[in-house]
Parts: sequence; C-alpha cells; structure tokens
Amino acid sequence: MSGSITTPTNNKAKALGLHLLIIGVLAASFLILPDYHSGIIARVLILAIYAMGYNLLFGYTGLLSLGHALFFASGMYGLGLAMQYLHVSPLIGLIAGLGFAAFVSAVVGFLALRTAGVAFMIVTLMFAQAGYLTILLLGEYTRGDEGFVIKQSQRIVAGFDLTNATNRYYVSVLLFAISLLLIGWIVQSGFGKTLVAIRENEERARMLGYNVQLHKWLAVVISGTMSGSAGAAYALLFGYVGGTFATVQYSIFPLLYVLLGGAGTTIGPLIGALFMFYLIDISSQFTSAYLLVAGVALILLTLFAPQGLAGIVRKRVIRWLP
Amino acid sequence: MILLSTSGLTKQYSGLTAVNDVNFSLPQGQIRAIIGPNGAGKSTFVGMLSGKIPSTNGTVIFKDKDITSLPAHKRIALGMAYTFQITSIFSSLSVHENVALAARRISNSTDSKTVAQRVADALDRVNLTDRYEQIAGDLSYGHQRLLEIAMGLAQSPSLFILDEPTQGLSAEEIESFIKLLKNLAGDTTILLIEHNMDVVMATADLITVLNFGEVLAEGSPAEIRANIDVQAAYLGTVNA
Amino acid sequence: MEFGPHLFLATLEGAIGAAVLALMAVGLSIVFGIMRVVNVAHGEFYMLGAVIAWWITSLIGGHPAYGFLAALIVAPLIVGLIAALADHLVLRRINYDPERTIVATIGLLYVLQQLTLMTFGADARPVEAPFNKRLALPWFENGADGLAMYWPWGLSTTTYKLAVIVAAIVVLVALWLLMTKTRAGLIMRATQLNRDMALAHGIPVEKVYALVFGLGAAIAALAAVLVVPIQQAHYLMGGDPLLLSFIVVIIGGLGSIPGTIVAAILIGMSDGIISVFFSPTLAKILATLLVAFVLIFRPQGLFGKRIS
Repeated sequence: MSGSITTPTNNKAKALGLHLLIIGVLAASFLILPDYHSGIIARVLILAIYAMGYNLLFGYTGLLSLGHALFFASGMYGLGLAMQYLHVSPLIGLIAGLGFAAFVSAVVGFLALRTAGVAFMIVTLMFAQAGYLTILLLGEYTRGDEGFVIKQSQRIVAGFDLTNATNRYYVSVLLFAISLLLIGWIVQSGFGKTLVAIRENEERARMLGYNVQLHKWLAVVISGTMSGSAGAAYALLFGYVGGTFATVQYSIFPLLYVLLGGAGTTIGPLIGALFMFYLIDISSQFTSAYLLVAGVALILLTLFAPQGLAGIVRKRVIRWLP
Repeated sequence: MILLSTSGLTKQYSGLTAVNDVNFSLPQGQIRAIIGPNGAGKSTFVGMLSGKIPSTNGTVIFKDKDITSLPAHKRIALGMAYTFQITSIFSSLSVHENVALAARRISNSTDSKTVAQRVADALDRVNLTDRYEQIAGDLSYGHQRLLEIAMGLAQSPSLFILDEPTQGLSAEEIESFIKLLKNLAGDTTILLIEHNMDVVMATADLITVLNFGEVLAEGSPAEIRANIDVQAAYLGTVNA
Repeated sequence: MEFGPHLFLATLEGAIGAAVLALMAVGLSIVFGIMRVVNVAHGEFYMLGAVIAWWITSLIGGHPAYGFLAALIVAPLIVGLIAALADHLVLRRINYDPERTIVATIGLLYVLQQLTLMTFGADARPVEAPFNKRLALPWFENGADGLAMYWPWGLSTTTYKLAVIVAAIVVLVALWLLMTKTRAGLIMRATQLNRDMALAHGIPVEKVYALVFGLGAAIAALAAVLVVPIQQAHYLMGGDPLLLSFIVVIIGGLGSIPGTIVAAILIGMSDGIISVFFSPTLAKILATLLVAFVLIFRPQGLFGKRIS
C-alpha cells in the first residue's frame, strides 16, 4: 500500500457510487416487483428515512433516544393538521410538518441533553409519552388512536396524484434518495466526523476545541427533523394520520431497524427496515403475536451482533463502507 | 510578552485543597516544565488552565484575556492545545482521521487540502506517516502517545500543554521527542508536566516546582538542581 | 354524593393504588439500586404474575381462597425463576452494560407479552377474591343537632380492598427486614456498594444478581396477584404500572427504597384522587413531564440528597 493522501477522497467517491447504485436498483425494481411488494417497499423506504434520521443520533453520535416517535408524529401531525384544518396544499403541509418536527426536536434536544446515558433514554421516552398522551387529550382534532384520513382529492401535487401506486412508489424512492445522499454527505463531512469523535471520546473532542453540547444538539435537531420528514411523507403518501405512530412501539422500531441493519452505517437503516418489515409481515400471517419477532430480534442482536448486518460487512469485507 | 498567567488560582475538592493560591506566569516562546511529587496538584493545575477542570478561585489570563470562565472548547479555540496524561485518542478511527479532527477545528474550513497538508505535516514530525491508514486503537502504546502529540501539533497551538508526554515511551522514542520539542521551541510556548528528569533538564528553559498544591520553587534547571528544598521534597524521592 | 364523601372514597381508592404501586416500584428500585439495571420488562413480570394467578385459580376448585392462596405463593415463584433465567441467559452475557441492558429488556418485554398472548389469548380473565364483603362507610356532618354520623349511598369499600393495603405493608416491612437484618440483605448491600470489592471478598456476585433480578420480578408478580381480584388479568396490563413505577422510582431517587415508598404513596394517592376529578390523560401527561424535568434538573430525585 502506498499510503497515498487521496484515499479518503476515493472512499467518498466509492460511497457515493454505492448510494447511487442502491437508488438505481430501487427505481428499477418497480418494473419487476408484483404490486403487493412494491406497495410494501414504498412503505419500507419511508420507514428507512425515519431510521436514517434515528441512526444519525444513535449510530453516529452515540445518543440512544427512546422517544423518536415524538419526532415522527410531529412531522405527521404537522402536515396532517395543516392539511385537514387549514386546507393547505401538500407542499405547504410538508413544510409545516418539517418545521414542527424541527421545533419539537430543538426543544426536546435542548432539555434532554442536560442528561446523559440512561437518564437521556428515560427523558426522551417520557417526552414522547407526554406527546402521545397529548394527542389523545386533543382527540377532538387529532382523532386519537383512531386517527383520520387525508382525502384523496387533497393528495394531488400540481396534477400529480400521490394515491396512484406508481407515483407513490417513485415519490418514496425520490424522498429516500434525497435522505440517503444527504446523510451520506453529512457523515463524510467534518461535522459528521466530529459527531463520531464525540461518540468515541467526548472529553477528547471537547479538548480539541469542539463545542460538544452544540454538536449534540444539532445532531438531535437534524435527526428529529429527518424522522419528522418521514412522518409527514407517510401521512401524505398513505393518507392516514394517527396516534398509534406516536406510541412507544414506534420509538422502538427505528432502534430495531438500525441495530439489525448496522448502527453507524448509511445503508444499515434500509437493510434493517427491509428485513424487519418483511419478517413482521410474514409472521403476522401466522399469528397475532407477530411482535414476538421484534422481541427475539432485539435480544439476539444485543447478545450476538451488536454491529448489525452492515456493521459485520464493514468489519469483515468492505472497510470503506460509509 | 506574557502569554499566560494565573493569580490566586485555587482548586478545592470538598474540603481538600488540591491547588492553593498559585501565581504563575509564562512568557511567550518559553519551554516551561512543571514538576513535583505525585499528588502535588500538577494535573489539576494544568486542567484549570485548559478548562478541563473548573477552578474554585483565582483568575487565568491568556493572551491578555481573562479566560477564567470560558469553557474548554473556547480556550482551545484561542490557541491552546492539551494532550492527555492517559492516552486519549479516538481508537476506532484511523490515524489520519484522528489528526484531521484536530486540524479541522483550527483551519476551521471545508478546505480539505489545507487539512490534509496539516495532517501530513503533523504525522511527519512524529514519524507516523507510514501508519496513516491504520486504526488508532491498533497502534502500539508508544505510537498512540506520539499520535496524541501529533493531534496537538496539528492544532498549531500558541500554547501547547503536554501532560506526561513521555510516559511509556522507549529510550529511543524519548530521544526523538526531545528533538521534536527543541524544534518547536520559539514558535510555540510549551508547558510540560514531566516525571522524567532527563527530559526536563534537556528541554526546559525554566522549571516550576509544585508541592502540596503550592509553588515551592522556580528557576533554571541548574538552580532547581541545586535547590535543597526541591531535593528534599521531590528529587530525593525519585531516582534522579 | 357530596364532595366530602366523594373525596374520602377517592382517597381510599388512591390508597389501594398506592399500596400496589409501592410494591411494584420497590421491585424495580431494588434491581436498579443493586444491579444498576433499568428493567423495562418489569411491567411484563407484573402481567405474568396476574395471568399465572388466573391460570392457577382456574385449575384449583373449591373455595376461591384455596386457589388464591396457591397463586399467592406459586405465581411469584414462577415469575422469579423466569426472571433469574433471563438474567442468566441475557443480561449476564452483555455484562449489564446499561444501554444494551435496556435494549435487551425491551426485547424481553415483547417476548413475554407476545408469548402470553399466544398461550393465554387476548381475553381479560377475572379472578375471584378469597373474601369480598362489602363495607358501607360512615360520614360525619355538622347538622342542626351538632356532629352527626350518617351512611351516604355509594360510600363503600370491600374487605378485600382493605386487605390489599395491609398485605402490601406486610410485604414492604418483610422486605425491609430482609435487606437490613439478614445475611442475604447484607450481601446484597455489599454488592451494591462495590461490585469488585464484593467479588474480592468471595461473594458470588453473579448469583446475587440473578437472585436480585428474580426477587424484583417476584415482588411485581406478588403485587399483580393482589390486584387481580380487583382488576382482570390481560396480556397488555403491564404498560401503565411500568410507567407509573418508573415515575415513582425516579421521583423517589433512583435506587432509594424509602424515597421510592414515599413517592409511591404520593403518586398513587394523587393519581387515584386526580383521575376521579380530572381527566386521567391530563394527569398522566403532567406525571410524565414531571419525571422528565426531575431527571433534567434534579437527577437525585425529589427526596434524594445531592452527592457532592
């Protein structure tokens, strides 16, 4: 090995190549997938965006949140309530969802980051629980657990009907592509490397002159906003807004996806969401206790594969995996 | 010109006084060694200079600015660098990335060329260039110490605080470390906490002796060597 | 009912809630205090206690007291064993790393809950109380003839409900004696203070941990057996008590048993009283926010002392 100085740049190019390849494969898959599966993939891609947002905080910054459903639901209700009661267009709704998620994550981050470790986990859990209960409390507008449907007539962007299966698939690929490239860019940037440095050794990062608290807060805000964007996209593409998405279970899901796919890798969330969604989908055809799969997976991953699938690939095969 | 000074700097840990009323001043360009027996308060003292440890009382002036209440990261941004007594690197990142993290904060830009250049220079100075891509945690202990120093170099600090830098280095590595320090002298002001008296005597312009958290003596290496109090408090206890 | 009697009734219902909550939270607190483990599956051990109690009482015929008595002994034992096994198979292997333990116990939560759903089904199951005499309660009023006693309609409780309060107190006292007066308690406290030191003194820390984890779960199960004649057994019943006991343990000061009991009485009573007069959802929102803010601004708990 020559130890040339161009290697990091090469890795950046390789990472970009890999991301574009994945996006290409996803776009092409629609042509060969049966309808049922392309419907599932569209859903998985949105959940993968949620998990990518989660992964920025958990995988790259080392902060384990148990309350991301709050951010997902903030995006979902930000869009849903604006469209339902203010009758705004989907694009304005999307902005409302993103804005609300950003606001909520900024406040939660500011407060929760005064704690660390287990206390951080419990504080985020409690904020999310308070958020879920607030949705129930305001049931008159939010329709609580039952939720409400966004009418088909409202889900048309400039003549482009989002309820059409083909359109829906490609919009979800587009949103996923934007998120993946954005995350790829962030984690390769100096900012992203600083987050990893904070995860590895917070004290050292501080003594290199980094404002650790500010970086963590930015990580929460970016992570929460991306998770919120997934919530807003879910509401828009699948036309449903409901309190279930704010429950603890929906805070656990991205953790599960990321652990399974590989924490701290850009492609881990997609892999995890894909595997887990199908696993739960298949098992729910046999039993109503389909969440058993989630529980067993969580225990086995913690015990035997804390790096997840992509983490193992990075360790054994492709060292440059972003 | 005085680069750094303290007046009345004190640290108390629930009743125990670790550092007591230290008045200290460090002129620009000097290599200053701080010595003293274990538990004399050396690490606590420099910890308060770098902001790692909050002080109980007193003030710290750096570049004519009162930095007593500044958090660590802001002091570093003013031009300090601090290497840890216990090796503290990002062990799962590459050697290159470790140094780049230090360089990026200073060049403060997205200009990857400048960063790459600084990283290459810093690694070159500690002879780690050929380990550029290795994972830092896989390095030998001595090399990790050198990496720690390279991270400090990449920050191009005006004040470089080195906490026990030669601990665990081989005789050969210590030899090249002394050369490195002498090379830095002039541009960089160096504050060195060191147990190895050979290193201190070979490099320091001036020595401050701490004992029980107070300044016991201050003088040139020759003066300190001749000082009877110091011998009693410190040198006598070490095989010097 | 007038306000006075109504408040009295709410206080009584609150006291029952507080008694059960104190048991449940002390179980969680012991595990956290000694092992530094946050057990998210604690609510499922409670649920298992209730479901197993239903199962045992449905097997045993005769007077309901026989079945109930059997459940009171067997359910905590089974649940304690399951917990000790989980400790041995999972938690010990991840070295009780705080964050991984939480993830693993979340997994355990789903496994226990879903397995219960598969074996016992989704129906709520009633258990008959061993004794259940209705007691009308008097109220006093300052009337024309001075202070008079009368029996307002609807102001009543049952002998069983009062017995639950007594039983909870008995268990808590027994636990306190176990921790402070016995050799087992001494060993547990030594392990809590310094794990490595305990190991060096020949204390089998691994066994102590399995025992403590089992004990914590068994106490939750016991609380559930006491509750199940008042509230039916159901596979999803663990969620609310888990949340409430988290609230109690955090407000009482993590790992402090006296603090936990005081907080349990406070939260249990106010939860009972508030939900009679206000929206229970609003009460829960305030309680969860209280926990978050206590952790942020007063991490030693409301009753704990700050360690300097």
